[in-house]
Amino acid sequence: MDPVIQLKNVSYRYPVGDEQVLKNVSLDIGRGKLVTIVGNNSAGKTTLCNLIRGFIPHFYKGDLEGSVLVDGEEIADAQLGQLAEKIGYVFQNPFIQISGVKETVFDEVAFGLENLGVPVDDIRRRVEDVLQLVKIDNLRNKNPFELSGGQRQRVALASIIVMDPDILVIDEPSSQLDPVGTEQVFDIIRLMKERGKTIVLVEHKMDLIAEYADELIVLADGEVKLHGPVREVFADPSYMALGIQYPHAAALALDLQEKGMELPFLPIRDEEVAECLARARRKEGRP
Amino acid sequence: MTEIRLKGVSFAYPDGTKALEDLELTVRAGERVAIAGQNGAGKTTAVKLMNGLLRPTEGTVEVGDWDTKDRTTAQLSKKVGYVFQNPDDQIFHNEVIDEVRFGPKNMGFDEARTDELTAWAIGLCGIVKHGEENPYNLPYSMRKFVTVASVIAMDGDVVIMDEPTAGQDQVGLAILKDVLDELGRRGKTVITITHDMEFVAEHFDRLVIMANRRIIADGPASELFSREAVLKESMLKPPSAAIIAQSLGLPEGIIRRKQLEEHILAREPH
Repeated sequence: MDPVIQLKNVSYRYPVGDEQVLKNVSLDIGRGKLVTIVGNNSAGKTTLCNLIRGFIPHFYKGDLEGSVLVDGEEIADAQLGQLAEKIGYVFQNPFIQISGVKETVFDEVAFGLENLGVPVDDIRRRVEDVLQLVKIDNLRNKNPFELSGGQRQRVALASIIVMDPDILVIDEPSSQLDPVGTEQVFDIIRLMKERGKTIVLVEHKMDLIAEYADELIVLADGEVKLHGPVREVFADPSYMALGIQYPHAAALALDLQEKGMELPFLPIRDEEVAECLARARRKEGRP
Repeated sequence: MTEIRLKGVSFAYPDGTKALEDLELTVRAGERVAIAGQNGAGKTTAVKLMNGLLRPTEGTVEVGDWDTKDRTTAQLSKKVGYVFQNPDDQIFHNEVIDEVRFGPKNMGFDEARTDELTAWAIGLCGIVKHGEENPYNLPYSMRKFVTVASVIAMDGDVVIMDEPTAGQDQVGLAILKDVLDELGRRGKTVITITHDMEFVAEHFDRLVIMANRRIIADGPASELFSREAVLKESMLKPPSAAIIAQSLGLPEGIIRRKQLEEHILAREPH
């Protein structure tokens, strides 16, 4: 594996906190992977994102131990400007992300590129492309503050994608979206993956994870409890003890197993259940 | 108790943009109703009419025996509480407990009753240990429960929640279930706007589906999730149990995991 992000024995405590929010975390994230971080609230997910993004230690002080490397470079030594070109961060709450200094969606999406000093013609072209890609072209002249939560979430995503970073860190993109909006956002995420981006995603909706993600990192109490391919993590018996949701298909299958049914494999997507039951009937093994 | 009636209601913003057309909806006292539909369908506008944040351009909105046209938003807020989609639109105190106390105090409850309602609400919402913290130091999901607590502490007959499951984990969903059950025991009406069809399937008997500024379906969730034309027009995806049930050729109307399980166990060897 070619790790693009590496954490080595990282522990961190916020300046105002009494306890460490991350405890001795070590992990590698491979280039071009879509990795999802799950865990109950206050497990340390957003803190982990803040570390990868360089907000810790550049913006938040506190006690940081261990090292965080992006492309082999110590993040603590990097310039914030360089980091911004390499890593894009989409906040959980799009209401925070919107700059508040731009009057149209077009200008909002252009804002980051302006700050990097990109030539005007390039900015125009890149913003046009992204507005199409994220399907917000129809909103281009609207004020970002007149938009609904879901629309703002897409504007927030667009304003990061336009910067064309190698790594995208996305904190719960679906929380404000309706099902169609969610699907659109995940289509964009899939497209970014196809373009070779490394994507770190925080998400509560396990069905989406089962459908889109390569790997799963499970956090609890500031520690990495499990990390591996999505299917393996859900099938790991220790996952259950962590009190985190399963994809609906897996939750159903586990209940059926508890009631005495023997299943050849743990389905993690809705469409796998029929196959799983058919195999069970024929007493076949996993596909 | 308070019944809510929307009769021939249309709403247009001052610039002429139509947001709702010809809504007919009665929510009986003590009922639990989910409103679903795409962003922009008119869901939030519809509920804002119920607590007087907006007044209809045409038709009437009745809250109990009041016509909302004749009442102030302050009066209506005694009967109808509203939890905003974005908690940050709503929170303005520096301590959780002050935030929650503000509502009942403003309703004119005496000190003892205010204390009692506040304690009940923050207990139910699982934020007791955060009572003295600044709401803005809490994660989003907790801030949302601060706003839920401050609304239910006002003890109105009707509680409206906009997207309560957004950003909630397993723990948050369990708290939300407790809140719904307790409000039910107290005879409160609960109206929820949600995109979360799993949440609807588990906790709501009645579903109102909106699309393009209108109500396009209103009935038992189990029935609506098998009406393909409605799902298509509203672009809603039925809950997982319904999708799996269909893939297994099981009868329509299965929307909860427990129901699905029973059907599978009855059919498959185990």
